[in-house]
Amino acid sequence: MTWAAIIGLCLVSYTLKAIGPLVAGGRELGPGVRRTLELVAVPLLAALIVVQTFSNGRQLVLDARVPALAVAAVLAWRRAPFLVIVLAGAGTAAVLRAVS
Amino acid sequence: MRSGIVSGAAGIGIGVGLYGVSFGVLAVAAGLSPLQACVMSMFIFTGASQFAFVGVLAAGGGALAAAAPAVLLALRNAAYGISLVPILPKRLRDRVLLSHVIIDETTAMARAQDDPAAARHAFIATGVSVWLFWNAGTLVGVLIGGGIGDPRTYGLDAMFPAAFLALLVPQLRRAGAPVAGIAGAIVAGSLIAFTPTGVPIIAAIVGVVPGVLWARGVRR
Repeated sequence: MTWAAIIGLCLVSYTLKAIGPLVAGGRELGPGVRRTLELVAVPLLAALIVVQTFSNGRQLVLDARVPALAVAAVLAWRRAPFLVIVLAGAGTAAVLRAVS
Repeated sequence: MRSGIVSGAAGIGIGVGLYGVSFGVLAVAAGLSPLQACVMSMFIFTGASQFAFVGVLAAGGGALAAAAPAVLLALRNAAYGISLVPILPKRLRDRVLLSHVIIDETTAMARAQDDPAAARHAFIATGVSVWLFWNAGTLVGVLIGGGIGDPRTYGLDAMFPAAFLALLVPQLRRAGAPVAGIAGAIVAGSLIAFTPTGVPIIAAIVGVVPGVLWARGVRR
């Protein structure tokens, strides 16, 4: 099942990228459609942050991931590199779990 | 090819490579095999979708629940591809190959150039660099990840929100993006307790509506 999903994603991902160069030719999207498509990722990423921080798969929970996200948010706001943000988030949660 | 473009492409590649390491670690920690993680990076090759797929699997969701948000996150690549047509090479074989590297980083590098020839060079250089580093990073991450026991001990579960945050921040410059993001977060947060994993994320796509309306209001 996981393999099927991965292979499906490979095909869908390539198809989406190639619509313009291989199928649509020189046709252009209206500015409204283009902006909407480019904006789609924003609410999805925001939702992923919320779910990955506050959910245990069934309900809302508050645990070490919340302060970890706060640390990551400060670093992202200060324009830290991706790996620094991610490691700081993991490190905060790991330390809090080790001492609690 | 201009040296500024080459060094820019290499710099972006190295950054993406480090982020590939975290993808590899998390993919293995979420239960994927090393081969599955590497196939994803080689052939899906769009970071946010890959993280979303692995993140939902790690949170206990099924493969379909994980694939849906990954597809939705890949939609913007279609818009990028259509906008890049004028600067891509005319030969079909080149287009078939280069389509694969139409992602955030390559589009941004192409759009940052002053003329079509420079845009094409920047797109190709960034595409090659990012693909190589992303896959090298994934491989390193997979090897590191294989040696880690319970992911929670090292806070790996907290890497996901941090990773999504780092992916979100550069996208927030678009008109209406903060509104769309807040709306998506509220929708997802209010559904967590009532729906299976995956549903709150997919439902959050409605956040695009207030975002687009806001952007229109600003332009008027």
